[in-house]
Amino acid sequence: MNPELLNTLGSIVGTATPLVIASLGETVTERAGVVNLSLDGSLTLAAVLGFAAAWTAQEAGVLDVPGQIALGIAVAMLVGALIALLIGFSSIKLRRDQVAVGFVLTLLAADLARFLGANFTRIPGPQITRYAIPVLSDLPVIGPIFFRQNLLVYFSYALMFAIWYWLFRTGGGLTLRAIGERPEAAYARGARVQRLRYWYTALGGALVGLAGAAYSLNVKPGWSSPPAMQGDGWIALAIVIFGGWHPFRVVLGAYLFAALRAVSSNIQTNGLFIFGQEISFPFVLLNTLPWLLMIVTLLVVSSGLTERLLQYMPRAVRRRLRAFLRSDPPKALGIRFDID
Amino acid sequence: MSLRPPALTRLFFLLLPIGISLAVAAALVIAVGRDPLDVVDALWQGAFKDSRKLGGVFNFWIPLSLVSIGLVVTFRAGLWNIGVEGQMMMGALFASWGAQYLLLDERLAPLLHVLLLCLAALGGMVWAWLVGALKIRLGVNEIFGGVALNALVNVISIYLISGPWQPRIGGSAQGTAPFPKPALLPEFAPTFPVNIFMIALVAAAFFIIYVLLNHTRWGLNLKAVGKNMRSAQLLGVATQRTSMSAFLVCGALAGVAGSYRVLFTFDNLRPLASGGIGFLGLLVVLLLSIRLLWVPLVAFAFAAILTGSTRLQIAPSLKLDSSLAGVMQGMLVLFVILFQGLRETLFPVPNSSPSPPSQGEESPRQPGRLPPGDGEAEQS
Repeated sequence: MNPELLNTLGSIVGTATPLVIASLGETVTERAGVVNLSLDGSLTLAAVLGFAAAWTAQEAGVLDVPGQIALGIAVAMLVGALIALLIGFSSIKLRRDQVAVGFVLTLLAADLARFLGANFTRIPGPQITRYAIPVLSDLPVIGPIFFRQNLLVYFSYALMFAIWYWLFRTGGGLTLRAIGERPEAAYARGARVQRLRYWYTALGGALVGLAGAAYSLNVKPGWSSPPAMQGDGWIALAIVIFGGWHPFRVVLGAYLFAALRAVSSNIQTNGLFIFGQEISFPFVLLNTLPWLLMIVTLLVVSSGLTERLLQYMPRAVRRRLRAFLRSDPPKALGIRFDID
Repeated sequence: MSLRPPALTRLFFLLLPIGISLAVAAALVIAVGRDPLDVVDALWQGAFKDSRKLGGVFNFWIPLSLVSIGLVVTFRAGLWNIGVEGQMMMGALFASWGAQYLLLDERLAPLLHVLLLCLAALGGMVWAWLVGALKIRLGVNEIFGGVALNALVNVISIYLISGPWQPRIGGSAQGTAPFPKPALLPEFAPTFPVNIFMIALVAAAFFIIYVLLNHTRWGLNLKAVGKNMRSAQLLGVATQRTSMSAFLVCGALAGVAGSYRVLFTFDNLRPLASGGIGFLGLLVVLLLSIRLLWVPLVAFAFAAILTGSTRLQIAPSLKLDSSLAGVMQGMLVLFVILFQGLRETLFPVPNSSPSPPSQGEESPRQPGRLPPGDGEAEQS
């Protein structure tokens, strides 16, 4: 295979990683019945504070580079978890609307990030380095695409399988799904709905924070204003819907978005050639593509279009296909559960 | 009514979050090594030092009030119109088109202004209609549809500015050439640079919407749809049409708000000309739990903070990022919402007070699609 193409595919996998981690985190949160709408803000705040922590450690010379990175990641995860917990708390204890609080936090966290990040604009800091996995990276095709990345990328693969395994193959995962689908039933069976919702909201938030660190310590190193990851939080939220709250499809969606973006930015820098003919076109407009894709994917999952298409499929594959394309949200998503 | 907590308690639960958000903002300012009192001084000087500065406050107040009034309408119908920012931008685009291509004689300027404002309202309505159609006909959650349409209009505006609307010589990506003079809204006086007509328009919009919401069948229908879509439908309310009308009204107001930015504030079209005012409007309305009455006042306070914040960067003792304004506003809204919750937990009211738009509480509405029970998407 063309080494240049392999390179591009590899870089798509790399740049998609924050989206992968953030949307997997949100999947966990939403599976528990809580919407963390603040993604676009919490990603940014986690990114800047994670970077600031790592950079400060570097300047102070207190830790070696992996230590600085670890510190940055820990801070970012803490930030993400705290914001998510605030949404959980306001919903569970104070009975506020999750969407309202989440939206306010989106704006607040983004502004806070700009305010606190003002002194960290455009300065170099520690970065996560590549680490090719010995045997796997030599595999043809798959090796260069998936196994010459950094540890965060490998973590995202593991995370995908772990979440899938937990959700669909363990008792704990069954409870998790139950508190998002039928909290009353789960409660009657002895699940501590509120406490579990706190835990899963915090876990999902921590993953969103990790995704923030994946931007500022790797994909878009450092900090700039306006932030490089602006808008990605919303895309991650849409990917969760597109992915039907299923980890594999969510990851697929994240790669799809990243690929589309890579293609459009590639065309914008190099121009577009079809059969050696340069096509002239206002390439700025290609920036609309991820958002058009977002609308189209939401349209497809919510308009019943898939169901209509399924009618044309042979009966034999219909059931399996429907199971794969199923995209119903957790039934209790965004709905408060009050014990009394 | 006797079951409501005493007035003093309610006042306490209003003032406490304001105090806390100010304290947190002060702590932030101290943390970056500045004096909070200097910040207060800079904000005050930046907003109220002289009549020119006050004019600046009104220049934020006009569009902010317009979008907030519109958002009260959509929130009343239980709709999250995050697309309001894009609707402003679309209004700005339509007005910019008119300002460049509808050339009228200077003497006919008032007619041109009316035309441009109508165009802007139309632009906002087009974009709002899209959000509404995606939501009502096709089941795409209005939050996501709105966010995507916001991003789309931003790309379109950047394309227009750097492409078709670029002057042949001396153009830049920062904005189009200034619009011809007759198209620009006139200022009241150089010492008070505000367009008086637009202030009157805000007042008119406020009263009209107030009457429509509280004294007409349409207002009642909106409320019914917002409280419980299903029972509204069973009661014979044309829920789809009511929801769409809310979007269109909000879009029209947002479009006019956007046109003010380009026809008065900037004199040309710039990328992101809406400047986050739509999002700020959402904060204003959330802060007020969708009560229209206080919108002009709170919008004024927010506009003052926004105007004052430009001085934070210039003031020699501060050199702070102006995003502090957003932090203060966001904190305020967050704490007010949280303390409302605390108050209701401590003093439970049987028939609970007007809570912020509850997406997915009484009438569950999940992201991405309507739940099967809500039935609108399946019907069409």
